[in-house]
Amino acid sequence: MRNEMEVIFDAQSVNEGFARVTAAAFAAQMNPTVDELEDIRTAVSEAVTNAIIHGYEEQGGKVYLSCILQDGAIHITVRDEGRGIDDIEKAKEPFFTTKPELERSGMGFAFMEAFMDELEVESEPGRGTCVTMCKYLQKKGDC
Amino acid sequence: MEYKYELRNGCLTIQVPRELDHHCATQLRAEADLLIESYRINRLVFDFAGTEFMDSSGIGVLIGRCKNMRYSGGSVEAQNLNERVQKIFVVSGLHKMITVRPREDEKGAE
Repeated sequence: MRNEMEVIFDAQSVNEGFARVTAAAFAAQMNPTVDELEDIRTAVSEAVTNAIIHGYEEQGGKVYLSCILQDGAIHITVRDEGRGIDDIEKAKEPFFTTKPELERSGMGFAFMEAFMDELEVESEPGRGTCVTMCKYLQKKGDC
Repeated sequence: MEYKYELRNGCLTIQVPRELDHHCATQLRAEADLLIESYRINRLVFDFAGTEFMDSSGIGVLIGRCKNMRYSGGSVEAQNLNERVQKIFVVSGLHKMITVRPREDEKGAE
């Protein structure tokens, strides 16, 4: 069984909560543990916040969130059509941030890696960024 | 959204909102800094009793206030962390920068 959903929303900070709650609600049908749900919420929050602050530099745009449930795993994609990342490896380094003036901790990608099982980042300067994450859930539901 | 602050004998206690993400962080930072600048604060306490969610944006706010307080010679503490927030503290290394006090319900077990 495969189940997929996609939502498109404005790159406004108020939608960060909406995005993580939506992803967690969709994942709930797989009967995940409380910890797994929290991990998903945190990872989605990090990716969406990055899209809003770094991708669109808080100037607005559209964020695309999609989730696929398949074979006991959840695959999450967060995509933006913003400025892109100049150096992905650098961006992934803990505590590295291009916006220290905003008190960004530089922990975004580190959190996604810590709380999910797989992380892939594709980006093209001027075109946007696509973050794909996967988490294998302990308890397998109907999917 | 309104946040709660308590000021007593130079100690400022901030009730951290239910969800501390980038959206909430902006206002919390502005209000906390205004109070810290306006009054002589030598001790800053973040109370997470009502907090269910925190991500790396929350870490940024806490580290920022830590730096400000260290500059003025004050201390920073965090209390009443639930399991999830505690995990976020450990993964980010924040527990090494901020004194974490045990939860009210854990004190009896000590």
